[in-house]
Amino acid sequence: MFRLSETPVAPATLARELAHASAGACVTFEGWVRDNNEGRAVLRLRYQAYTPLATDEGERVLNEAREKFTILDARCVHRVGTLEIGELAVWVGISAAHRGAAFDACRYIIDEVKKRVPIWKNEHYADGETGWLHPDNTPVTG
Amino acid sequence: MNYRVLYFASLRDRAGMDAEQVNSLAVDARGLYSELRARHGFTIGEDRLRVAVNGAFAAWERHLHEGDEVVFIPPVSGG
Repeated sequence: MFRLSETPVAPATLARELAHASAGACVTFEGWVRDNNEGRAVLRLRYQAYTPLATDEGERVLNEAREKFTILDARCVHRVGTLEIGELAVWVGISAAHRGAAFDACRYIIDEVKKRVPIWKNEHYADGETGWLHPDNTPVTG
Repeated sequence: MNYRVLYFASLRDRAGMDAEQVNSLAVDARGLYSELRARHGFTIGEDRLRVAVNGAFAAWERHLHEGDEVVFIPPVSGG
C-alpha cells in the first residue's frame, strides 16, 4: 500500500499494520525534514504531488520490491503539503521472515520512490527565497 | 483540439497556474510542449521532463486525443 497523506502520520501505528505471524524482521525508514540543504538554512518544506500517478507509481515500486525480495508486506506513506523542520516526510515499512530481505527491500523502495514518483519538494530558505529540487537535492531552474 | 494541461513544481511557478485548457494544433506531446514552452517561457528541455497522458507515463510521440489530460513532469524530488 502506497499512499499520500496531507496530515501527519504516526509511525508506530503504521508499523503495526505490518504485523504477520511469519515475520521475524521489521525494518522501517523515516525521512525527516532537516534544517539545511546544500549549505543553505531551510525553514520548512512544501511537497506537491500529481496524486493519481504518484499513487500508481508508488504501488509499482512496492510490487517490484515484493517480486525482488522475499518479504511479507511493504508499505510507504509520503506527506504532501507544508512540513516543518523535524516532521516525518516519508515512511517505508517492511516485514519479512528474515532481516536481510527486509533491509534490502526498504532501501530499494526509498531509492526508487525518490527517483520515480511524481512528488516535488520546495524548500523555503531563511533568506526568504524558495526553490524546487532535483532528486540529488540540487536546485531546479525552470 | 482541446487538451487539459496540469502544471507542477517549477513549471507551475513559471506558468503561474495549476492547470489550463489548451486549444492547440499539436497532435503529440512533443508538439504541445514546444507550443507551451514558447507561450510560458519554460526553460526546462524535453530531455529533463517526462510526459503523462491521462494519468499514465507516455512517450513524447504519444498521439493526443480531444480532451486528453497532459502533464509534463519535471525532475522529481520526493523523499
